[in-house]
Amino acid sequence: MSDLAKTPTSTDSDTPAPAAPVPAVDPRLLVREEGLAGYWTEFKRKMRGGELGSLPVVIGLIVIAVVFQLKNDHFLDASSLANIAVFTSGLGIMAVGIVFVLLLGEIDLSVGSVAGMGAAVWAVLSVTHGLNDWLAVVLAVLTGLVIGAVHGAFFAKIGVPAFVVTLAGFLGWSGLQIWLMGGEGSINTPEGSVVEDLTGHFFADKAAAYGLAAVAILAYAASLLLDSKRRKAPRCPRAVSAIVLRTAVVPSRGRRRVRPERARGARGLPLALVLFLAVLVIADFVARRTTFGRQVFAVGGNAEAARRAGINVDRVRITVFAISGMLAAFGGLFIASLSGGATKSLGGGNTLMMVIAAAVIGGTSLFGGRGKVWSALLGMLVIQSIQQGLNLLGMASEIQYMITGAVLLAAVVIDSVSRRTQKSAGRA
Amino acid sequence: MSATPVLALRGVSKRFGAVQALTDVDLEIHTGEVVALVGDNGAGKSTLVKTISGVHPIDDGTIEWEGRPVRIGRPHDAQNLGVATVYQDLALCDNLDVVANLFLGSELKSASVLDEIKMEKRARELLDTLSIRIPSVRIPVAALSGGQRQVVAIARALVGDPKVVILDEPTAALGVEQTAQVLDLVERLRERGHGVILISHNMADVKAVADRVAVLRLGRNNGTFSVADTTNEEIIAAITGATDNAVTRRKARTATAPKEGAK
Ligand SMILES: Nc1ncnc2c1ncn2[C@@H]1O[C@H](COP(=O)(O)OP(=O)(O)O)[C@@H](O)[C@H]1O
Ligand SMILES: [Mg+2]
Repeated sequence: MSDLAKTPTSTDSDTPAPAAPVPAVDPRLLVREEGLAGYWTEFKRKMRGGELGSLPVVIGLIVIAVVFQLKNDHFLDASSLANIAVFTSGLGIMAVGIVFVLLLGEIDLSVGSVAGMGAAVWAVLSVTHGLNDWLAVVLAVLTGLVIGAVHGAFFAKIGVPAFVVTLAGFLGWSGLQIWLMGGEGSINTPEGSVVEDLTGHFFADKAAAYGLAAVAILAYAASLLLDSKRRKAPRCPRAVSAIVLRTAVVPSRGRRRVRPERARGARGLPLALVLFLAVLVIADFVARRTTFGRQVFAVGGNAEAARRAGINVDRVRITVFAISGMLAAFGGLFIASLSGGATKSLGGGNTLMMVIAAAVIGGTSLFGGRGKVWSALLGMLVIQSIQQGLNLLGMASEIQYMITGAVLLAAVVIDSVSRRTQKSAGRA
Repeated sequence: MSATPVLALRGVSKRFGAVQALTDVDLEIHTGEVVALVGDNGAGKSTLVKTISGVHPIDDGTIEWEGRPVRIGRPHDAQNLGVATVYQDLALCDNLDVVANLFLGSELKSASVLDEIKMEKRARELLDTLSIRIPSVRIPVAALSGGQRQVVAIARALVGDPKVVILDEPTAALGVEQTAQVLDLVERLRERGHGVILISHNMADVKAVADRVAVLRLGRNNGTFSVADTTNEEIIAAITGATDNAVTRRKARTATAPKEGAK
């Protein structure tokens, strides 16, 4: 920054002094209040301005949990929750990639096919050709990354709309997937393979589960405390009460998923969930704490402004599609793990729609530049909870489709309406 | 004033499809000098600014930086040289908050993680010295008024230490008080040895702070004047391309009208 900012305005001696001194603090300024009161006023201000964020989906989740628990008191059982967690993970990881693409203001229609490709590449390399299992997994994920980068390059460098590029990818890669899978059409996951463990491994030990939860909570509290220390110097402190609140919220958020004390009869903490949470934490860090994440939001908000700020817009776009492809392939391995192997049709059907729906239901805007990585988790939880609940009630899958469709529509309506409210509140 | 201009445009041309926006334009900016760039709407002022800042690379001609010819092919090149631009359309990201906008493209980091606290602190310092009243540095820019957005865009240009600052109609959306502050700022920039290009339609502002006035008309140079010994009429004549123009005619009418009324 230039030292210009530090010099007071030069005033000519012959200009008359202003009639009334400007008050030091404008009464209309928003003051960040400390502690709980601060959160409450901030929350009210955001609601009035139409910044709903994750609120609708959190309310939705609570409603879902209450309704299904009333209808069937096994819904909140550990095994039922573990089921939800396992089914959430693969698609949820794919949804994280979609969140990045949506933040950019674009869409990726190819994630289902890329997931299928990832699974097929792994199966063919590892099972058919006997390559090292780990290496095959890495190569499968890299395949997704390269495919995504190719989509991104067509979009960023040649200017083909992302919608069309990824639609072509959707068709093309599923063709390649079928060709790779050959005549059989399916390759079963061998006993004891890495991919089987992805969704098949559970941390049965209660101590391990509690330990993991404790480590996560402590790390979170430590990072907040560190932040508050550094905030002391400038004028933006965060009250200790707020830290306590935030730290208290984390375990209560996690409890629905971890809840080791209710693990009777269940198999423990699923590895799939741990991996999904790891992906979420890393992706959230990238989105909010790194220059790259900032650039993604900037390009999604105003690509031309981002370009003029010296951001390499093409590189950001290609990277985001590469991330989407990579996570799609990784998620594909989870799906293969759940369904017992790679098939011709893995990643087909409504996989793509579920993944995009999850990101949108979770509160990431379709219009670019607004959203959170965590919406992948929230949205996927909503979708899977509905499925799990309807399964428990013995409801047919056509009903599940209709209800999920209605929830998606509701989410998009909320997104559009909140955007309009924000406009009228001067915020969009 | 130094002998070699810090920035010089020589015979610069720029075409957009069928529109020849700039033809053979020359312009020199020295350190510690404020050059006003004036011209009618569509004269090519903003286009000229964008060629300097790398938004639209030039088709023909040369750009010299401190005497050396340079290629400005993208905004990054201009920033590396030390050109900071406040665009007419502001070029802010509405979804990002004030701090994020101020530091966009030059984020402060500690250990490769964004240092939000340092950025927020610097942003407050910067906005305080510009006497800018903004509800909070942490609300999205979309929530600000036109004037507030304008001032954020100006503050943005002062992050990093530019050698040449370009302001494209910076006071168009501002009130009396803030306009005066921007003019103060322009003078401070000059005192500190920055070169400033100021685009404005307001002759009073131009007269108040500029050393020289460069006139563009239909994408060509139409004279450069020293502010000290040029009248408004001469500049307006150069802008409109005629001594007999709407401004002089109106002036003549209003000058005679009171006399007739007094009789
Ligand atoms: N991106 C563009 N594409 C096509 N024509 C443009 C573009 N930018 C400016 N022009 C044209 O160039 C001319 C000069 O515009 P501009 O530089 O904005 O004028 P000014 O800022 O002096 O009012 C106008 O005729 C305008 O239509
Ligand atoms: Mg203009």
